[in-house]
Amino acid sequence: MIEIKDIYKTFGDNDVLKGISAKFQPGKNNLIIGGSGSGKTTLLKCIVGLHEPTKGDVIFDDQNFTDMNFEQRVPIRTHIGMLFQNSALFDSMTVEQNIMFPLNLFTTMSHSEKLDRANFCLKRVNLEGKNALFPSELSGGMKKRVGIARAISMQPKYLFVDEPNSGLDPQTSILIDDLIAELTEEYKITTVVVTHDMNSVMGIGDHIMFLHQGKKWWEGTNKEIAHTDNKELNDFVFASKFMQAAKAKL
Amino acid sequence: MFYSLGRYILLLRLSFRRPEKFSVYWTEIMREMVSIGLGSLGIIAIISVFIGAATTIQVAFQLSSPLVPLSIAGSIARDSTILEFSPTISALVLAGRVGSSIASQIGTMRVTEQIDALEIMGVNAPGYLISPKVISGMSMFPLLVIASITLGITGGYIACLVSGGGITPADYIAGVTNNFDGLTVRVALVKAIVFGFIITSICAYQGFYTSGGALEVGQASTRGVVYSCVMVLFADLVITRLML
Repeated sequence: MIEIKDIYKTFGDNDVLKGISAKFQPGKNNLIIGGSGSGKTTLLKCIVGLHEPTKGDVIFDDQNFTDMNFEQRVPIRTHIGMLFQNSALFDSMTVEQNIMFPLNLFTTMSHSEKLDRANFCLKRVNLEGKNALFPSELSGGMKKRVGIARAISMQPKYLFVDEPNSGLDPQTSILIDDLIAELTEEYKITTVVVTHDMNSVMGIGDHIMFLHQGKKWWEGTNKEIAHTDNKELNDFVFASKFMQAAKAKL
Repeated sequence: MFYSLGRYILLLRLSFRRPEKFSVYWTEIMREMVSIGLGSLGIIAIISVFIGAATTIQVAFQLSSPLVPLSIAGSIARDSTILEFSPTISALVLAGRVGSSIASQIGTMRVTEQIDALEIMGVNAPGYLISPKVISGMSMFPLLVIASITLGITGGYIACLVSGGGITPADYIAGVTNNFDGLTVRVALVKAIVFGFIITSICAYQGFYTSGGALEVGQASTRGVVYSCVMVLFADLVITRLML
């Protein structure tokens, strides 16, 4: 389980996060939603250690990640998989080399074992036979799937996903959402997804946290979100006419 | 300035931490050696031959007095090539070719979150990205300088053959082989090692701390080349003063 306690993050005079606490459950899709500039991505980066919180603690399975130095964090980081907004695949490597990269560095597997694992991950994201392609030869959706394959190659306990649907068409978005949900359930991963895509919220949001102006404004499930009387959340969720019409039918 | 210097030193310290797996780093070092060494050989060969030839003709032109033997032109061209032209001009050219490539490569990785991806995996990103480049630079620059010296002196000989006036090939050979001091080559190699370190580390630093987008990557690359050129010239002066 991942727990965050009273997280503050300040950049110069700008207070981005103002005391956020939460618990993210294993085997569940934990969504962090909010408008642009609400602090979603900053919170995600604080949790994974790409930003150091100004104040507060991040706890992975009772181990305080915030207090650890680089070396102490490595064992936890080998259990973390992350899908970045732009996939962040290594340009100079093929799809196969991207997936095998963490295996090369952190395992004692033989080359054939690593190759088998890479092929398994590619098959899991429906990209069999694309081993030799370079990231520049892939579509946006394929890059996301390779990013997911790389993230799961080390069989992570925690999966972090930053804006999985950005730049994708609605069908591909749903495909990526479904893949994340399947993997979360299949491997009992603690998944934390940062998104502002309402299809994702309604489709895979087991546990949702709404951020507004750097604070946790609301917390609940995707069933509860439709009936909330929280004004800011309602303004965010039902901003489009389509969502307003959907709410009217409820 | 002190902030940047401190951050540069800290980055270098991080770069030379113990690697996660030596074999992976070794592969990277080999790849960088090929890229920096073989990749730069062509441009180094071209500039060395032309500079060697031009230097020889100019020195011969300046030594037009009948009191000075023309073979002296060979000696002056040799020492100038070994001590200054090969290490320093090569370093300035390599700052443009290798340095800008390092800064833009690492800078692009920064702005496209590839460095974040490395850090999330638990990889020491400075170590994986910077140390192979610095090691390769420090080992390949001396080899390139040796090639440059050889080709520069050969260029001078070709100039004597084809120019038809001034200095004869026999005078040139006599000058090149006369009173040779091995110290000049040692100075050239020390310069090459130091220049290799300066160019690769400064450009890697500029790339590593890029933020923004394509524009900032270009600016980081330009800064890397400019700063490393200035530092190469400063180090050139210091080494020359200390060793000669």
